[in-house]
Formats: sequence, structure tokens, C-alpha cells
Amino acid sequence: MIEFTKSPIDSNAVLASVSTPDAGANVLFLGTTRQFTKGQETVQLDYEGYESMVLKELKTIRDTAMERWPIQKCSIVHRFGTVALAEASVAVAVSTPHRADSFAAAEWILETLKQRAPIWKRDLRPDGYTEWVEGNPVT
Amino acid sequence: MNIELLLFASAKDLFGESQIPLKLPTGATIADLKSALIKRQPEAASLIGRCAFSVDQQYATDDMELNPNHEIAMIPPVSGG
Repeated sequence: MIEFTKSPIDSNAVLASVSTPDAGANVLFLGTTRQFTKGQETVQLDYEGYESMVLKELKTIRDTAMERWPIQKCSIVHRFGTVALAEASVAVAVSTPHRADSFAAAEWILETLKQRAPIWKRDLRPDGYTEWVEGNPVT
Repeated sequence: MNIELLLFASAKDLFGESQIPLKLPTGATIADLKSALIKRQPEAASLIGRCAFSVDQQYATDDMELNPNHEIAMIPPVSGG
């Protein structure tokens, strides 16, 4: 499952999508909207992305991870539009025969997504001020 | 040749549009595109320096030659996740 969606993420469905008798380890990571960052309050996050390229990049990230680790199944879902406090903006699920590979692969996938997927978020503050979160230049 | 450049997030805000037309010499590269952009919008120079560029939804290097059929986009520093 590779998706870039406006709908809330159904984390049970993402986890179920990597289920297989071949795996003994299933890791689900959810990235959620945090209220405070270095003392600064966030009311909500608004995500925008270059949809066709997001889908290509997420597939490339998944394929690369599947070459590096013995992954049985892998799903990556990211939202666009408004994501309220505590709601998930991103979900990564990986299943592998043993747990060390699932943990490592899921972390690598998330880190690589944050470095490469053409997605941007705007932070809304309590006073109505809004700004694009300073991101990572893609190299 | 005429190309359309897709803009997102802070780049879209800075140029005030999600897509801008640019006239470039035949055989122009991403590096030439950057120079043309800075000439058009000097105050965007700092942002352009931190942006990546994509051609047909793949990150492209500065020496990549462009043609009018390419889908070209300017990718500001990314903040997904």
C-alpha cells in the first residue's frame, strides 16, 4: 500500500496490509501532529505535496528498502491537507521474519521519506500566524 | 523553447503562482533554468539556491538538458513526515 491521501489514516488497515504468515515481526510507525515544538505551540499542520512525484518517490523508497532488508511486505501512507493535533500525518508498516530488520527498515524508510519526498507542511500557531516549516534541502 | 515550471509551498508563495512559463534557449540545462529564474525574480535567489529541481517526477542534476515535453518542478526543502 502506497498512498498520498486527504483522508485520515486508518492505522489498523495499514498494519493489516503487511500481515503475512512469513513474518514474525510487524512494525507500525505513526508520525502525529505534536502540540509543542521547542516551546512553540502548534494548532494544526497543513500538508501539501507534488502528488505524482510523491507516489514515485515512496515507491522508490519502498523498493530500495526491500533490497536492503528481507521485507515481506511494506506500506507507506502520507496525508495531505489539514492534520489535527495527535492525528497521524504518516504511517509506515513493515513485516519481516525477525524484529531487528523491521525496526531498522521502518526507521530508514521514515528518515528517507523526510529527506526526499516532495511534501511540505505549514504550521498554524494559536495567534493565526502560519509559516512553512523549515525543511531539508534535497541533495 | 518554452517550458512551464511547477512551483510548490514556499516557492509558490514567493512567485505568487503555482506554475510559471519560461523562455529558454534550446538545449538549456537546469543550471540555465536557475539563472533565468534568478534574473526574473532576484529576491528568490536564496530560496532557489536551497531548492532541488525535478524532471518528469525525478530529481535532476544541474547539467540535465531540458526539452519542452519535460514536466519540470522546483522543489523547496522538504518537510514531510
